[in-house]
Amino acid sequence: MAAGTRLENANPLVYQRSKDRPPSAREEDEAETDPIDHREIFDLIRSINDPEHPLSLEELNVVEPVRVHVNDEESTVTVAFTPTIPHCSMATLIGLSIKVKLLRSLPERFKVDVHITPGTHASEQAVNKQLADKERVAAALENTHLLEVVNQCLSGRL
Amino acid sequence: MKQRLKLEGRLAGHPDSRAWFTAWSPAGSLLASCGGDRAVRVWASEGTEWVCKWVLEDGHQRTVRKVAWSPCGNYLASVSFDATTCIWRKQDGGFECITTLEGHENEVKSVAWAPSGNLLATCSRDKSVWVWEVDEEDEYECVSVLNAHTQDVKHVIWHPNGELLVSGSYDNSIKLYKEEDDDWVCFDTLEGHESTVWSIAFDQNGDRLASCSDDKTLKIWKEYKPGNEQGVMCNGSNSCWKCICTLSGYHTRTVYDVSWCPNTGAIATACGDDAIRVFEEDPNSDPHQPTFSLVAHVPKAHAQDVNCVAWNPKQPGLLASCSDDGDIAIWRYEAELATGCST
Repeated sequence: MAAGTRLENANPLVYQRSKDRPPSAREEDEAETDPIDHREIFDLIRSINDPEHPLSLEELNVVEPVRVHVNDEESTVTVAFTPTIPHCSMATLIGLSIKVKLLRSLPERFKVDVHITPGTHASEQAVNKQLADKERVAAALENTHLLEVVNQCLSGRL
Repeated sequence: MKQRLKLEGRLAGHPDSRAWFTAWSPAGSLLASCGGDRAVRVWASEGTEWVCKWVLEDGHQRTVRKVAWSPCGNYLASVSFDATTCIWRKQDGGFECITTLEGHENEVKSVAWAPSGNLLATCSRDKSVWVWEVDEEDEYECVSVLNAHTQDVKHVIWHPNGELLVSGSYDNSIKLYKEEDDDWVCFDTLEGHESTVWSIAFDQNGDRLASCSDDKTLKIWKEYKPGNEQGVMCNGSNSCWKCICTLSGYHTRTVYDVSWCPNTGAIATACGDDAIRVFEEDPNSDPHQPTFSLVAHVPKAHAQDVNCVAWNPKQPGLLASCSDDGDIAIWRYEAELATGCST
């Protein structure tokens, strides 16, 4: 990987981080059941580190709240992510990190689909197919080196 | 729809892990399972209960993806993401790993014994299918490496009574192989699925194949021999296989497995939408353009993706399934009684 030696996208556009969402009175009420909503999913993935830059996926606009869809009743979550450049070789790793973060955080009943925002990457279909193949994802996560890289992306900043 | 698939038992097959696959022994008395916990378990029924009789733990370093019994029932083959295949011999009181087959570059995804018991096939993410020959001394020798697929090979099966080998792949195709002049060759490629082919199954006689895919469909293929009356074109002396039915609109996510019951003719599917479905061919349907109906549907068969369905070879209607939730479930399918007395 070229990371650390030569950056693929040396000067990415940096976006403002959104403010933390103040909890509503209803959410504070322990007696109420809150369905999982798209903002909650976004909060889980916004701070994932980009593998190349000391920036979060939110700051690079790779993930956005509008590209997160959740249906709590049907237990489905769909996240579209936008690589910063169409030839980004890190796209699969970014997608894998988002997927792992959600699989680790959400109740097991959820079906998590992660794909590239249509039209934003040269190998969109190949990357999407790989991310959707749970057997390949399972095998990748048994690879200690790759798992370490994913965990680094998920470690978050202080 | 009348519920014709009844739960007989649920076993914590591979707790805190994923149960990937189950396989019935040829006599139908034992069930082998494998999973993300790197173990193979062998289950037997005791009265009304299914109990774990053996845990085969020290064979693999990573996920055990599939298991297969030899036709005599005395050997079990297991394949793993650790790139190896273990051969276990059943003997008094347990199973012993007698050999480990190496050669694949990475994850081995599937394994199957030929009906003769003299040949074993394995396939891998390295895109190849290997054919191994077994001699009387339990020595295994690779006799052919088939590189017909362009991607990850997901599943491999043998014809129920001939030496015909079939594989399904991430390249969306199904390939058929036979022995020719001491070597194995691919003689037909079945195209039609729009995404990964996860599993394939022959019917009882081996005249038809069922395949299931990430494209959420199930396809039925039929063999046409050279000079067939229907005028289906064949290549030389090879028979050709044609898609005669596509079942779409039933599954809402990837279909991971398909099993064709040798006793009842019913087809069961395992789906990523947590459901198990059973299809049966309609009576009097045209053999060249058959129609199938959904006759049983258990929406929440498991708490997570269903990875495998397997009909018992001897007990008609007994079905095993397993899931990402780590469980194995045993089901009883009640085939429709003779018609004429329906209310």
